[in-house]
Amino acid sequence: MPIFSYLAIPKRDARKSLCEELSTLEHCQVIPADNQDVVVVVTDTPDEHTEKQLQHTIKSLPSLQSLSLAFGYNEKLE
Amino acid sequence: MKLDRREFIKQAAIGSALATAGSLFPGISFGSWNRLAGGPGVLAWQKTPCRFCGTGCGLLVGVSDGRAVAVKGDPNCTVNKGLCCMKGYHSVQALYGRDRITTAKVRKNGTLVEVPISEALNLVAEKLKETRDTYGKDSVAMYGSGQWTIPDGYVASKLFKGCLGTNNVEANARLCMASAVTGFMTSFGLDEPMGCYEDIDHADVFVTWGNNMAEMHPVLFSRMLSNRKRRAGVKIIDFATRFTRTSQAADKTIIFKPQTDLAVANSICYEIIKNNWVNDNFVNEHVSFHKGKTNIGYGTEDHFTFSDSAETIDFEAFKLFLEDYTPEKVEKISGVPAEEIKYLASLYGNPSLKVTSFWCMGMNQHTRGTWINNLVYNIHLLVGKISTPGNSPFSLTGQPSACGTVREVGTLTHKLPHGVVMNENDRQMAAEIWQVPVENIDPKPSYHTVEMFRALDRGDIKFMWIQVTNPMVTMPNLRRYRDGALKDDRFVVVSDVYPTPTTDVADVILPAAMWIEQEGMFGNSERRTQHFAQIVDPPGEAMSDTWQIIEVAKRLGFEKQFPWSQDNYIEPIWEEYRRFHTGPKHEMAPYTVLAERSGVQWPFVDGRETRWRYNPAYDPACKNDKDFDFYGKKDNRAWIWARPYEPAAESPDEEYNFWLNTGRVIEHWHTGSMTRRVPVLHNAVPSSYVEIHPEDAADLGVVNGELVKIISRRGELTMPAQINGRGVPVRGMVFVPFFDESYLINEVTLDAFCPISKQPDYKKCAVRLEKA
Repeated sequence: MPIFSYLAIPKRDARKSLCEELSTLEHCQVIPADNQDVVVVVTDTPDEHTEKQLQHTIKSLPSLQSLSLAFGYNEKLE
Repeated sequence: MKLDRREFIKQAAIGSALATAGSLFPGISFGSWNRLAGGPGVLAWQKTPCRFCGTGCGLLVGVSDGRAVAVKGDPNCTVNKGLCCMKGYHSVQALYGRDRITTAKVRKNGTLVEVPISEALNLVAEKLKETRDTYGKDSVAMYGSGQWTIPDGYVASKLFKGCLGTNNVEANARLCMASAVTGFMTSFGLDEPMGCYEDIDHADVFVTWGNNMAEMHPVLFSRMLSNRKRRAGVKIIDFATRFTRTSQAADKTIIFKPQTDLAVANSICYEIIKNNWVNDNFVNEHVSFHKGKTNIGYGTEDHFTFSDSAETIDFEAFKLFLEDYTPEKVEKISGVPAEEIKYLASLYGNPSLKVTSFWCMGMNQHTRGTWINNLVYNIHLLVGKISTPGNSPFSLTGQPSACGTVREVGTLTHKLPHGVVMNENDRQMAAEIWQVPVENIDPKPSYHTVEMFRALDRGDIKFMWIQVTNPMVTMPNLRRYRDGALKDDRFVVVSDVYPTPTTDVADVILPAAMWIEQEGMFGNSERRTQHFAQIVDPPGEAMSDTWQIIEVAKRLGFEKQFPWSQDNYIEPIWEEYRRFHTGPKHEMAPYTVLAERSGVQWPFVDGRETRWRYNPAYDPACKNDKDFDFYGKKDNRAWIWARPYEPAAESPDEEYNFWLNTGRVIEHWHTGSMTRRVPVLHNAVPSSYVEIHPEDAADLGVVNGELVKIISRRGELTMPAQINGRGVPVRGMVFVPFFDESYLINEVTLDAFCPISKQPDYKKCAVRLEKA
């Protein structure tokens, strides 16, 4: 049950569309900055596979310029 | 607060990302992110202006489980850009003192007993009606505050002036800003500053006139210091009567004898003219010259009246008037070396320097407060340094809504929300908006604050309702007014949040909602209106001051004028009030805009705020096709006034040989009734003291902490000495902060006031000292 957080930087003038695209994704929480083109993304997924798929989807978003990992935790199910 | 393990890890993930963002992008804010509002262990942030001073810093208050638990500066607020002072950072703790007043109390057989608030409101309405019926409409009075929200003051004015027909509405801003108002009105014909805080980012020179900004307006002072560090050549000149923390940070401190700022200001004008530094084009195009009455008195006697009259003079007559104020002559009056006066004049006179003057209580709490305001405007007008970025004579306010509620709504005896009671058109406008017969509004002002409390003592006023202020600590010559309030047939209602010496004299105490426990608006020093939502619930039966007044109004039969429901009354009150200011000179933002933003400056015309008034590049009210339009006066000019130096009402003599000066400290707000209940602020300065010059202390034989008796013609007070503390008065002066109700320094002060503004002088009276 991994939990990750990232800093997502949108492409120029694409902050709004990045937030909209991220918000449609399951297991994904979006926290946009008020005064900078920076978005905090938090993923809370049931397993590693889902996490990897979600990460891949986020990286493929057309409005995303870069994605940096800030925090990672993976709680293995017993 | 309950938080499961997984939620905890998720919060850690969020926290790490926010911290990373903060280190990579300094100043980044996630303030508007409302995560899981009301949920356990997490914060919802909402905007509000700070309620401790007139700067109007934007705060973000963090709420968890219905309780305000955190504060940070609002980066979206241009006032403070995310910075707060110590009062701001600790402000929400003032909501949660253990002795909050949460129920109404009524005095029965001499003892205050708890009653349901509806019963107390019934009694207030009955007593008000009975007193008015028996003794006439002017036997009842309302005394409010620059900490009233705009809706508080508006409904108070509507009830008392519009419905009850008495002009007995005053506010404690009479004690702090009245001279600023009359200064603006006499020089420009309209109240409030032409500039804005952005002036700080443009000025080359700052002159603080009797103004300890480092403690009283610390966030603005920090902005000055930051500009000095960032830009070459920026200077801060501290023109003062004692050494303070402002002096420590200033580039230069110039000390003058109390009251002689009048002479020094005239001397600066003399030097400007003598050295041909006058901006002739500006003066010829935009300025006219006038003189008023002299030897105008001090108002220390009951029923004192004064009315000024303006006589037009020319530039040559003004120049002749200034002959009495050569730097050499003024040095003898003021103690300021002639060279220092010439230096000050050279700063104002240098056309390549942008100069901003700041002042607050030092110039306003002054028996010639209107005059000294006029004289600083004179300096700026002679050199044309006004209404452009960085060139600003800037009167700072002390309270969060002295401007918004008292000056703009007009909660002073002579004022209406638009204009004055003496003006028929203004009365007509008020009657129409308020839906009352125009005859209801009395064309004659009644009592200003000092005279109102004298009337309470005499028995001319029998009923007084006091909200959001603590006059039994703050009135000068206090003993007379406390004794008056305690007389048998007086009925005093006090709405407040904590017990104070004022609730001690109350017949009814109403529990008030405080600050963010209600919705409201404040108006700060730079014409900025700031809305705040109700963020947390008030405790017990506490109720907003606005709604208390509405409840009483309904009980008195004024449902038509106060038709609003408790679910939604702030928005309709604002939209009704806003009608008074329609037009480009004072247009206010609609409610929906205020609710969205961290403050909006008026005039707000076509969606744009006005940063510099009277300048057509910024101000849509300018119509004369010139580079400036001083449209407040009928001659479309700003007025320079010939105002002489006249001595203080009471000066040291052989018997009372010290000046007494009073004021504040950074940790405490006014009388300390709120900040003394915030542990960190209280522990920082737990009690008041008297600052004494070390040589005077040695002469008296006292050391730090020893008790000193301060004696005046009104009373005496014994308190500990502070020697070489944060403030050091000059020889022959003592200074006492007034925040501590255990040391009522106003039993010693004098109730002399400026005859034009009626604002008392808390900075000057004569005392003698004894080792206790």
